[in-house]
Amino acid sequence: MDPECSRLLPALCAVLVDPRQPVADDTCLEKLLDWFKTVTEAGPSLLLLQENPCLVELLFRVLKAHDPRPRVLSFSLRLAGLFAAQEDCFQYLQVTPSSSVSQQGELLPMLFGESGPLGGAAWTAPTVRSGWLQGLRSLAQHPGALRFLADCGAVDTIFSLQGDSSLFVASAAGQLLVHILALAMRGPAEGHPSPQGCDWPACAQKIVCHVEDSLRSTATLQVTQALNVLTTTFGHCHSPWTQGLWVRLSPLVACLLEKDPIPASHSLVDLLLSVARSPVGSSDCGLWETLAQTLSHLSPTQAGPLALGILKLQDCPQALKTQAFGVLLQPLACVLKAAAQAPGPPGFPEGATGDSITVDTFLSSKSACVGLLCQALAHLELLQLLPQRPSPWPQAPLLRAAVAILRFCHGSAAPTSDVGGHLCAVLAGCVRVQRAALDFLGTLSQGTGPQELVTQVFAVLLEYLTSPDSSPMVLKKAFQATLRWLLGSPKAPSCCDLDPHTQLFLGELLPVLRKRLCSPCWEARDSGLEFLTQVTRHWGGQAAFRHALLASEVPELTGQLLRDPESYVRASAVTATGQLSSWGLYATPTGPEHPEVQQESLFTELLHILSTDSEGFPRRAVMHVFTQWLKDGHADVAEDLEQFVARVLQAASQDLDWEVRAQGLELALVFLEQLLGQPGSRCPYAVALPEAAPPATLAQVLQALCRVQLFEFALRALFDCDRPVAQKSCDLLLFLKAKATPCGGPQEAGASPDVVSVEAALQRWQAGEQGQPLGELEPEAVMAVLRSMDLEGLRGMLAKSSDHMEKSPQSLLQDMLATVGVLGENEADCY
Amino acid sequence: MLDCGLDMTSTLNFLPLPLVQNPRLSNLPGWSLKDGNAFLDKELKECSGHVFVDSVPEFCLPETELIDLSTVDVILISNYHCMMALPYITEHTGFTGTVYATEPTVQIGRLLMEELVNFIERVPKAQSASLWKNKDTQRLLPSPLKDAVEVSTWRRCYTMQEVNSALSKIQLVGYSQKIELFGAVQVTPLSSGYALGSSNWIIQSHYEKVSYVSGSSLLTTHPQPMDQASLKNSDVLILTGLTQIPTANPDGMVGEFCSNLALTVRNGGNVLVPCYPSGVIYDLLECLYQYIDSAGLSSIPFYFISPVANSSLEFSQIFAEWLCHNKQTKVYLPEPPFPHAELIQTNKLKHYPSIHGDFSNDFRQPCVVFTGHPSLRFGDVVHFMELWGKSSLNTVIFTEPDFSYLEALAPYQPLAMKCIYCPIDTRLNFIQVSKLLKEVQPLHVVCPEQYTQPPPAQSHRVDLMIDCQPPAMSYRRAEVLALPFRRRYEKIEIMPELADSLVPMEIKPGISLATVSAVLHTKDNKHVLQPPPRPAQPTGGKKRKRPSDDIPDCKVLKPLLSGSIPVEQFVQTLEKHGFSDIKVEDTAKGHIVLLQEAETLIQIEEDSTHIICDNDEVLRVRLRDLVLKFLQKF
Repeated sequence: MDPECSRLLPALCAVLVDPRQPVADDTCLEKLLDWFKTVTEAGPSLLLLQENPCLVELLFRVLKAHDPRPRVLSFSLRLAGLFAAQEDCFQYLQVTPSSSVSQQGELLPMLFGESGPLGGAAWTAPTVRSGWLQGLRSLAQHPGALRFLADCGAVDTIFSLQGDSSLFVASAAGQLLVHILALAMRGPAEGHPSPQGCDWPACAQKIVCHVEDSLRSTATLQVTQALNVLTTTFGHCHSPWTQGLWVRLSPLVACLLEKDPIPASHSLVDLLLSVARSPVGSSDCGLWETLAQTLSHLSPTQAGPLALGILKLQDCPQALKTQAFGVLLQPLACVLKAAAQAPGPPGFPEGATGDSITVDTFLSSKSACVGLLCQALAHLELLQLLPQRPSPWPQAPLLRAAVAILRFCHGSAAPTSDVGGHLCAVLAGCVRVQRAALDFLGTLSQGTGPQELVTQVFAVLLEYLTSPDSSPMVLKKAFQATLRWLLGSPKAPSCCDLDPHTQLFLGELLPVLRKRLCSPCWEARDSGLEFLTQVTRHWGGQAAFRHALLASEVPELTGQLLRDPESYVRASAVTATGQLSSWGLYATPTGPEHPEVQQESLFTELLHILSTDSEGFPRRAVMHVFTQWLKDGHADVAEDLEQFVARVLQAASQDLDWEVRAQGLELALVFLEQLLGQPGSRCPYAVALPEAAPPATLAQVLQALCRVQLFEFALRALFDCDRPVAQKSCDLLLFLKAKATPCGGPQEAGASPDVVSVEAALQRWQAGEQGQPLGELEPEAVMAVLRSMDLEGLRGMLAKSSDHMEKSPQSLLQDMLATVGVLGENEADCY
Repeated sequence: MLDCGLDMTSTLNFLPLPLVQNPRLSNLPGWSLKDGNAFLDKELKECSGHVFVDSVPEFCLPETELIDLSTVDVILISNYHCMMALPYITEHTGFTGTVYATEPTVQIGRLLMEELVNFIERVPKAQSASLWKNKDTQRLLPSPLKDAVEVSTWRRCYTMQEVNSALSKIQLVGYSQKIELFGAVQVTPLSSGYALGSSNWIIQSHYEKVSYVSGSSLLTTHPQPMDQASLKNSDVLILTGLTQIPTANPDGMVGEFCSNLALTVRNGGNVLVPCYPSGVIYDLLECLYQYIDSAGLSSIPFYFISPVANSSLEFSQIFAEWLCHNKQTKVYLPEPPFPHAELIQTNKLKHYPSIHGDFSNDFRQPCVVFTGHPSLRFGDVVHFMELWGKSSLNTVIFTEPDFSYLEALAPYQPLAMKCIYCPIDTRLNFIQVSKLLKEVQPLHVVCPEQYTQPPPAQSHRVDLMIDCQPPAMSYRRAEVLALPFRRRYEKIEIMPELADSLVPMEIKPGISLATVSAVLHTKDNKHVLQPPPRPAQPTGGKKRKRPSDDIPDCKVLKPLLSGSIPVEQFVQTLEKHGFSDIKVEDTAKGHIVLLQEAETLIQIEEDSTHIICDNDEVLRVRLRDLVLKFLQKF
């Protein structure tokens, strides 16, 4: 331990046990424990205690206090546990009395035994019970600890704490039991103990018997506790003994299935999945049978998570997978059946026929119906993305089901059956199901489907995009799903343009988009713009899309939204116009014969937003657009590259938003890379440069950088009060330095009088006086300054978190002492 | 009588009344029967396959055959849309009762009537068609004329004089004010949240409560929110005036309205909004106030043309106490509650009584025009339909749900202008009704038959009907319905001096009884127990006796009995008193005690005891006394 910390420790311990001193807050105590954990992990705890007797003293005095403060008591219990994790220290704490004459006794039994806080008034505080459990959790690392636990009767207390009113305590008790069980089974018992348990260590035997009793209990809470302990056991312990444990307990678990209703079904599902994922699962055939039984016994809502879990398993019998998939598909099969105009199979694999239980759930209440459908949709969505998803994947019936659900929700379905009528009444206008179904439909775009179904998909999406009743969130989801289906749609046979169906759909979609861009609801305008940006990004080069878009008035409306009162919309409009402009699709009211006039005006407009917009989002969006334009070699930007960069950097340098300034550095870096040629592999900012522009000479580059005032921008950013900006600037200057150094500087540093003035200005900036400009810069002076600066050192400093000074243990101890005034120079005057 | 609305959909069968000479309408071909008979060609004209009556528009009056309206004592008005037939009733049926309504209802109702009269009177039409109404002739006409009901009762619009006379019969009331009706019931208007001054009504006696829920809204618009709590504990809740477009969400419709308006104006087109001069227009103007800047429409003029436009806009600003909380607080700032004041100040919204006069000088396009009438059969809207109908750049946006927009547009076909249907009906939808009924829990719900089944065009939408327990009682046109409750109790007041004289006796803990001898005085359905007059002193018989002195004889009262007879103890008592051979039989209502020896039968029931013996009065009296021992007397 740091000598300075050792020096401060006695004072701190004194403060902690002094009832007159205010206790430091929990965060400080937690930090203190973290530090002790680091210290004990790094070296022998025994030595630590011997060198710092105040620690043992602290534990004794807290114990002896008449009315110990719960926080400090909890802290002490956890601290003692940390020390006792090492066997020699454990022995020491068990037998060593305090140095103080008045304080005698064996410390650990006093802390964790029945004579300790266990029976005292402080035990009512959950923090003390939690500290007691955590202390034991740390302590239980060696065989000695097991004996200690047995002697002081701790295991029974842990059993009772499983049902504690505090969830944290109850959970910690369960986890501690698992830990003790694993510890007990380690060593001599490791291997394949008999299921009967005759050769199991006593402690393990006791815990398992308790679990068995709980599983047999009629109280659901106790069953839940037992199942949770087992779930954690099989999740964390993969030793061979767990197999014996399962053999012993699985009949009891199977018995739970015979009860009606099945108790603690959620925990049961968790346990079965935990066992199935553990090595036990692969070797026990009975488990698959239990899983199959459970699937058929649980209600549709309870069975869903189990079915998904089974389908995620790597090795699992095909029959079980089929059954599980059937469970997930049942709600959708039910929907298809209800929506069918004519009787017929829904087209799902066997086992997913929409059985009567599912129908009953659908009919029982609105919340049950909505819950079941949303769960099924979410599970199937997850499943589709997995490599082990069932094969063949029933894409067509799933598509039909998703479309049917959306129609039910929209009120446009016309079912003939009673269930259909009920579904219609329950789902009409249900935003939750609409969102889930649209998400699912979007995911299904990864697969293919018969054209007739795809047409239905686009029709229902158009219904949602058109409907005035679509809530903003539903509309956003509808746009997202539409985008996924559009981008997934096949290309025309000529392979260079959109297929006729997509073109037809676009013809219907763009008027809707146009209307949405005029919506009084800002979320609708925003979603519309996001959709436009994405679709243009992918299809900006497709002739059919370009033609339809230019004829649609959408680009003009997008330009209009640059002045929207809502800042999010302005930001999205900036991104959208930037994207449109990149593809030459931005509205050109001045006529196609003068595109440059329009482009200039867009640049000016965006620059105006960057300079004047009161909100950060639009300004950040402008910077992103400008950076992208620069990267893409936007023709109009490239026309007067230096002026473009200079104006943007000037605007960005004055911005109050650090993200805008950081993005300005990003743009500067792109510019730099373009001037300096292909960056080396060290540079993370690799971009493809146009082949036509060969790297310029270094002198020319530096001249250009001076002209656009990039140096002033970067150097100013180097002393930015926001660390990410300074870091980025440092990276940029280091990149420049690295590029420039091999070529050799034309002059030595310090030779030019300019360097002196630059360095003086930089010093003033560093001191916080950033008002003064740097003035005209000569490239040579800049390079000289760069060479003279310790940029690597600065980068190292900036890489550390801003509180690295304050995070030291010494600082922590000082802070805690300062809080109570022990270190203060002015003791409080007491009159 | 609850409300007296006017069915104006009848006007859709008539040709529009143009403000200026309209060659297109005047040159429409006359309609002739299939056999070529053209006797109706002066009355009926054909336009794009539809047949219209070429006459002054007529309105369908409330049912008058079923009930003699002269016997109606009171009319309760729910909102200004539900009083448009009032002049027909108060002026032409012998009605002599009182009409109750809130002040904004009367004032805005007056504006609506004034506008209607003005629209029709300013374009006088000489012709009045009546041949087509002949039942035999009507059968031969094409739909919808063929199917129109009660055409013989259709009447021309009333005059302003009749309007004034009708409105003078209205008594103004405030929310929660209790109004006694002949002592029989008390009526109370409650805020219904639908329009300025709109009300639901509570009709209650001391022991019964009937709620009449008419056009109500739970949405946050300009009027005071709906008072739901006062509707609780109703025996019967009469429910009507639900939204006419249950599938159209008003928020979504306002969004549609704004988007379509913006798109049209941006393309250089004009927007026409056929509307009433009050109601949703306030909300639309407020919405546009927030929207026009974001949509870049600040320079577009908004015109509101109605003979009552000015009054409507100004009235809305002065009815502060009838507005929602937010708007009420603005008044104290002080600011105008509605932002249309600012639109007017900044010249973004201009209002004119008609298209003639100042409007022609100020008019510039593209623009947005709000004007009436929503039926498109009369009013300034007819002019704009003719003016703008030929250009596809223009748009007509229907926001009022009262008329089928397709039927409204029929006489303007072929039409190039775009038509958008955004019905904004803020009244309760079925989900809201379900919640309301769960909340207020009436014993019975009574509603029109249409609300108890899904709309005919969407028979699978079982969510579009009233769902309550017990199922709602429905009624259809001209059906007489007996409400499921009977008046069983009346409240009687007791005079203090009489109350002082009572001597209550506690017969059970908490229950005391006293005999009362009094005179029941009933006047105006109020019942009062007064002390009986003292017996007249003998006066020597000289004075002539007046009829009022003729008081009922006060006989000596027998004590009243209470309590029940425990059969077992009674039998024991009988045995103690020497009766033997006693048999007890249980009956449905009590017991029969048989004294076989004495050939006597004692029938003990909950509310009576009979001793049946064969002419043995002594025995009867003995037995009676034994029975009385078990009862309390007072």
